[in-house]
Amino acid sequence: MASTTETSLQSRASHGLRLDTALAEQVLVRFIADAISKFGFTRAVVATSGGIDSALTCALAARALGPKNVLALMLPYRTSNPASRGDAETLVEALGVESHVIDVSQAVDGYLDELDDLTTPVRRGNVMSRTRMIATYDQSEAFDALVVGTSNKTELLLGYGTLHGDMASAVNPIGDLYKTQVRQLASALDVPAAILDKPPSADLWHGQSDEDELGFTYESADEVLHLLVDEWHTPDEIVAGGYDADLVTEIRRRVQQTQFKRRPPVIAKLSDRTIDRDFRYPRDWGR
Amino acid sequence: MRDVRVALAQIRPRLGDVAHNLATHLDYADRAVKADCNVVVFPEQSLTGYFLSDLVAEVAVPRDDDSLGPILDASRDIDIVFGFIERTADHRFVPAAACASGGRLLHVHQKVYLVTYGLFDEARDLAPGRHVRAYDTAFGRQAMLICEDLWHPTSAALAAADGADVILGLSSSPGRGVGGGASELGSAETWHALNRLYAQMLVCYMVHVNRVGFEDGVNFWGGSEVVAPDGTCLARAPNFEEALIVADLPDSRLRRQRTRLPLRRDENLELVSREFARIAGERRDGVDN
Repeated sequence: MASTTETSLQSRASHGLRLDTALAEQVLVRFIADAISKFGFTRAVVATSGGIDSALTCALAARALGPKNVLALMLPYRTSNPASRGDAETLVEALGVESHVIDVSQAVDGYLDELDDLTTPVRRGNVMSRTRMIATYDQSEAFDALVVGTSNKTELLLGYGTLHGDMASAVNPIGDLYKTQVRQLASALDVPAAILDKPPSADLWHGQSDEDELGFTYESADEVLHLLVDEWHTPDEIVAGGYDADLVTEIRRRVQQTQFKRRPPVIAKLSDRTIDRDFRYPRDWGR
Repeated sequence: MRDVRVALAQIRPRLGDVAHNLATHLDYADRAVKADCNVVVFPEQSLTGYFLSDLVAEVAVPRDDDSLGPILDASRDIDIVFGFIERTADHRFVPAAACASGGRLLHVHQKVYLVTYGLFDEARDLAPGRHVRAYDTAFGRQAMLICEDLWHPTSAALAAADGADVILGLSSSPGRGVGGGASELGSAETWHALNRLYAQMLVCYMVHVNRVGFEDGVNFWGGSEVVAPDGTCLARAPNFEEALIVADLPDSRLRRQRTRLPLRRDENLELVSREFARIAGERRDGVDN
């Protein structure tokens, strides 16, 4: 067999990530309508940050359920970038979805003020994320809706999210789309340009940037993840194909180290039928 | 064969809700009767839904179970081909396709190739069948094959060698593959290619019925179709939506194509069976090849 050349592996990776946006939209819109309605609901709540992931989720949900059945929930903290809020409002206007703003500063600070130790940015960020989760689930009850999640495949595989925080949802339409595919689909769905073009940020502290924090760009991460996960390449093959060895090692390490975040809590087995191990019923049981 | 009008029932079964799905079967069969069809074909596991896991034990029934009675009754008006999980006398669970006709089961095909890779885990819960057989109907000789059976071209070749003029493929095919800029799901492209290949090279009608709907986030893409022996797609259902589509399968089209392309006449069964027997023997005896 001929060996894979550098150009062919890299071009194959970028080609493989190229999305048929019309087809993906069709599947995902139907998925949301099905997943919401089969549990007796007609509405969705999306925690909307002003970033591209929640913007795409909102746009898909609005198409699936009708804009009036989608609540875009804006949950700013006092240090949040005001531009984020502005972008979220632009999105709400463009989509015609319902919206609601709840400032989480008091809830977050009320907890943080109880702590004696000086919390780290990561701990503070996690508290914000989980406080937003509480607000989102509470509002889903008030709006008689299910929470539609906004974690993409890149974040999920890298474990770059807060467990029981932004990772919490009832249904997730974009969890099998890499970040660069989220961009393609968001662009096709006319998500406002300001949201498409800005650098990705969790906006948990001033000036935070996903790519600075991760130490690599989403473009390169997506190509390496696509080759590792979808194409079953070994790390050695990917390095031989022209990718930076440290990058490949780091991505592979992150995927392995954060596997627990993608699984339900582990249950100690005692009986003959343990939930999710040998008590195996589909979520859509009877639906 | 005799001219036959076939209905393809592209339904969305409810997972594990046999009573609901049975009612859907009767409704579609009734609609097919009203469209003057001779046979209505449902997808794989049309009575039960697909990703069953531990539900298999709850939905499986013997092939002579009373619960299938309403389908047998309805089959006095139209042949009904449907999918279910058969519980055998020795308590194996086997995915099966049945042809009900004239108030009885004319033939049952048990899936011979279970799919246990990627997102599939059939061999965890199910047992495979052991036969591929064509069977005679009032409209000619047919064969039923189930989904993964057709990913082994030898299954279709056996059905054709056994004289099937119409191959009925029952599927629960998940839609996947939206990358690479393709405008059709990867799984849909493969199926359309398979259906056309079998129809043309085995010189028969290929009827493929796939389901729609979602189970635990997995979509089933539909796109059921009928392909004529010359490779022409006679009818195709939309992707993702429930549908009942109808196609006429005239004998004359089969006759003309077999006259043009007598591939079946020339198929050398002696050669094929001799060589397969040799290869199987060598594998059994541990010859490396």
